[in-house]
Amino acid sequence: MDKPNQNEFKPKIVGFLCNWCTYAAADLAGSSKMEIDSALTVIRVMCSSRVDPNLILTIYFNGADGILIAGCHPGDCHYGKGNYFTRRRYAQMKQVFETLNLDPGRLQLSWISAAEGNRYAEVVNAFTEKITALGPNPINQSSLF
Amino acid sequence: MSKMLTTDHGADKSVVDLLRFLLDTEKVSGVLTLRKTNTSGSLDYGLLTRSQELDRAVPLMPVMPANAAQSLSLITPTQKPIAVVVKPCELRGFVERIKREQGSLDNVLTLSPTCGGVIPLDTYIKKSKDNLTKDYYKQVKAGEIPESIRPTCKACEYFVPMTADITVSVVGEQNLDSKCRFILNSDKAVSMTEGFGSVENGDLDAKILDDHLKKREKEKKALFESIKFKQDGLDGMIDVFGKCIGCHGCSRVCPICYCLLCDFESRNFDQNVSLFEKELEQKGALRLPPDTLFFHLGRMSHMSFSCVGCGQCTDVCPADIPVASVFKKIGENTAALFDYVPGKDVNEDIPVLVFKEEEFKELGE
Ligand code: SF4
Ligand code: SF4
Ligand code: FES
Repeated sequence: MDKPNQNEFKPKIVGFLCNWCTYAAADLAGSSKMEIDSALTVIRVMCSSRVDPNLILTIYFNGADGILIAGCHPGDCHYGKGNYFTRRRYAQMKQVFETLNLDPGRLQLSWISAAEGNRYAEVVNAFTEKITALGPNPINQSSLF
Repeated sequence: MSKMLTTDHGADKSVVDLLRFLLDTEKVSGVLTLRKTNTSGSLDYGLLTRSQELDRAVPLMPVMPANAAQSLSLITPTQKPIAVVVKPCELRGFVERIKREQGSLDNVLTLSPTCGGVIPLDTYIKKSKDNLTKDYYKQVKAGEIPESIRPTCKACEYFVPMTADITVSVVGEQNLDSKCRFILNSDKAVSMTEGFGSVENGDLDAKILDDHLKKREKEKKALFESIKFKQDGLDGMIDVFGKCIGCHGCSRVCPICYCLLCDFESRNFDQNVSLFEKELEQKGALRLPPDTLFFHLGRMSHMSFSCVGCGQCTDVCPADIPVASVFKKIGENTAALFDYVPGKDVNEDIPVLVFKEEEFKELGE
């Protein structure tokens, strides 16, 4: 690996992980000693449907460069149907970001089951790469926002 | 073919006559209508139970002192039948509220005009009312879009009421001062008006309304093009909402924002010094009051699919922000995700309370 460059942009990413699947996948990835980028700060939620738009916006306005919402695959929600509601609310939120051209790419929804430690590492690393390429959240650059 | 009832008086008088008839025959025990509060022309909504109170009534006045959907939540469900005269977007707003358990249409007879649009409150209060309404009706009768109405009204394609029991034909009615046509859309409308006048088969004039719709669609396109924030992202947001004073007036008057304690007015948004310090350290300056952009984005993300584009929020904004134009645009896009038209069908759930398993497969990377 190259020596880390001091000036290189290191994004801050926040992930809302469902307790029953993606959070367990994160554990599995960790205990399997997979390489996971350290940019992600994890917030454990009991179901992906807990993530109200205002939570996402709180993180966004506090300057996170990327926000990940991850839960059980559709059909596998621990509470039956929570993640179908997550999906609708996320679709709406993303549409608001798209219409206003607010870098919708900073938001991501992913389905990762408890057994998918590998996939967890892949998703987090790929999202981190994508956000690194996007650059810092402009929220951080102006006191007008 | 629908049933139609025609009278030999102008529309304003005919609607008042019908309301009086409903009260006098005890078919309803109250009517909700716009009325004059003084001789200089100020208006409010009144729930009237005595027929002499109708002397003040101006049910078709093209002004919206409040979105009546909120008032309807206060007076329903009702055991006693009432009749209400509201604009199409107020009715749609009420339908959206009912879906949120904020009222009921049981025992309510709804009357609504084909709507020529609403004059902004500010204009109505400051200008000579006689000239204003004279010019307004001249254009409405000709099927034109009146100069004086709200920008979102000019751009509104839902000026024909969607769920009214009785539609009052106004747009494009050349003889509005000498005759009035009521379209009876429901069995309830037919039975309640029995004895008021002779009923025949008839309907709204599709050609006139269609021509008018084309004009509105053209206005809508121009309105959306005039809001340029699409290209600009956060800078564009600041262009539009930068002067927001954070009064939350826009959500108070919104027929959709019904929450008794809005999240944005709750302890969740209490600011404390430690948060300020973090931002000051990072940016070297802090915008006060904070969270104004957050407020608008939050509202959009919570309720935009239900926005009926009534324009009430723009009307009350002290900072002259075109709130309704933005929300109408955002709402159109979010509602389209779910094939949803707010206010169309009271039996349809709001989009975030239902789902289809087979949708949005593309989401979830
Ligand atoms: S009414 Fe205007 S100033 Fe008040 S919160 Fe809404 S947009 Fe801001
Ligand atoms: S957001 Fe504004 S235009 Fe839309 S329903 Fe509410 S008050 Fe009316
Ligand atoms: S429990 Fe995992 S998404 Fe609902």
